[in-house]
Amino acid sequence: MDLLTFVVLLFVISVAAGILGSLVGLGGGIVIVPVLTIIFGVDIRLAIGASLISVIATSSGAGATYVRERITNLRAGMFLEVATTTGAVTGAYLTTLLPGRFLFVLFGLVLLYSGFAVYRKRHAAPVLTVSKDRIANSLNLHGSYYDDAEHREISYKVTGTPTGLSMMYVAGMVSALLGIGSGALKVPAMDLAMHMPMKVSTATSNFMIGVTAAASAGFYFARGQIDPYIAAPVAAGVLGGAIVGARLLGRLRGRTVRLIFVTVLVVIAAEMLQRGVVG
Amino acid sequence: MNQSDGGDAGAPIGRADGSARPPARDGAVEPVAQDGPSVPEDRKVRQAELAISLVLRVGVGLAVILVVTGLIVVFARLGGQVPTGHRHSYKAYTSLTTPFPRSVSQLLTSIASGEGQGIIELGLVVLLLTPVLRVAVGVLTFLYEEDIRMALITLFVLIVLLGSFVIGGAS
Repeated sequence: MDLLTFVVLLFVISVAAGILGSLVGLGGGIVIVPVLTIIFGVDIRLAIGASLISVIATSSGAGATYVRERITNLRAGMFLEVATTTGAVTGAYLTTLLPGRFLFVLFGLVLLYSGFAVYRKRHAAPVLTVSKDRIANSLNLHGSYYDDAEHREISYKVTGTPTGLSMMYVAGMVSALLGIGSGALKVPAMDLAMHMPMKVSTATSNFMIGVTAAASAGFYFARGQIDPYIAAPVAAGVLGGAIVGARLLGRLRGRTVRLIFVTVLVVIAAEMLQRGVVG
Repeated sequence: MNQSDGGDAGAPIGRADGSARPPARDGAVEPVAQDGPSVPEDRKVRQAELAISLVLRVGVGLAVILVVTGLIVVFARLGGQVPTGHRHSYKAYTSLTTPFPRSVSQLLTSIASGEGQGIIELGLVVLLLTPVLRVAVGVLTFLYEEDIRMALITLFVLIVLLGSFVIGGAS
């Protein structure tokens, strides 16, 4: 296969990754990493570098639309970034201390459980109208957005910020340790612990993952993991896909987004377990 | 292509927005009594959202232009060198031993000599810096909204982020 064919194929696959990633609040690494390693036989370190590019491209590409449409909860997102960025820095220090395989198995199991919990919540009341959470009330982390699928303004209250912050800290740590799994833990933190609507959770996760990924970008660049020939089609394709995905999210029902997210989570969990057990 | 996409999306969203929150739009005309401060505050929040959205769109647009230009340069140069693309397997470009810039000085040298890969990496650096710039603009917008606590929280995130770049670059 010559370079041009490789670039064109990877671009097309990246468009799909961008659409999926922007809908469920993940970075699209779930598509990019296996495609590069299994189909194209690229070294895992370069694949993870490309995945980092894909995360930032999804986040900024779709984020522009989500923020303007007010689906993103800006205040909650920026507040929770305190936990994800400090978690990412801690994780970068721990990489040398902890055995990677054990972590893959552990987080594979955690993701399976949170996938189950997110799925079980599909019939629950969609939003809270009162909150006793002192942090959320004091910083006014509550929000509202216009839902294109339900054709009405939805106001919601945020709760459980201490639990949400702890889960975000772990999410930041995991993304630095394993190079993946950042949005996979952020969405459950907001959906389950903080009771934010599903679409708000994925859009806000999407908003935050770019910053978490940027926190480790310096390391990846200096280690030579960002190969321009791989990253260029990934960046361009994912950005295009993210812009398409961002226009789709508004029109989809919260429940549909939830089911797509759970499916993706199960696939990631299987991928992590496989990497932990088989190596 | 990105810019035009954003422009198209703007029209229906703006309308949905206007119907959803008319007070924010007509605030200046409406006579307001004790709720006085809350109406301009609403507009400030909207301006902050639009500013952050704009930062993301400009960053992403610039990154795409650079990355695509870089790719065109790469293939233009390859086309000139090798008549049969067949001999140029992608493997040579996608291994750990592929030569490409890994530091700022190498990046500058590469761009100066007109290499496509240097232009691509520059686009990637713009892409990586976009979320950082977004956080910095977040600090400014919270100051503009006169929300000191949120401004300090966002400033903390910015400091951790910049610190990680320094540590990452040094290691």
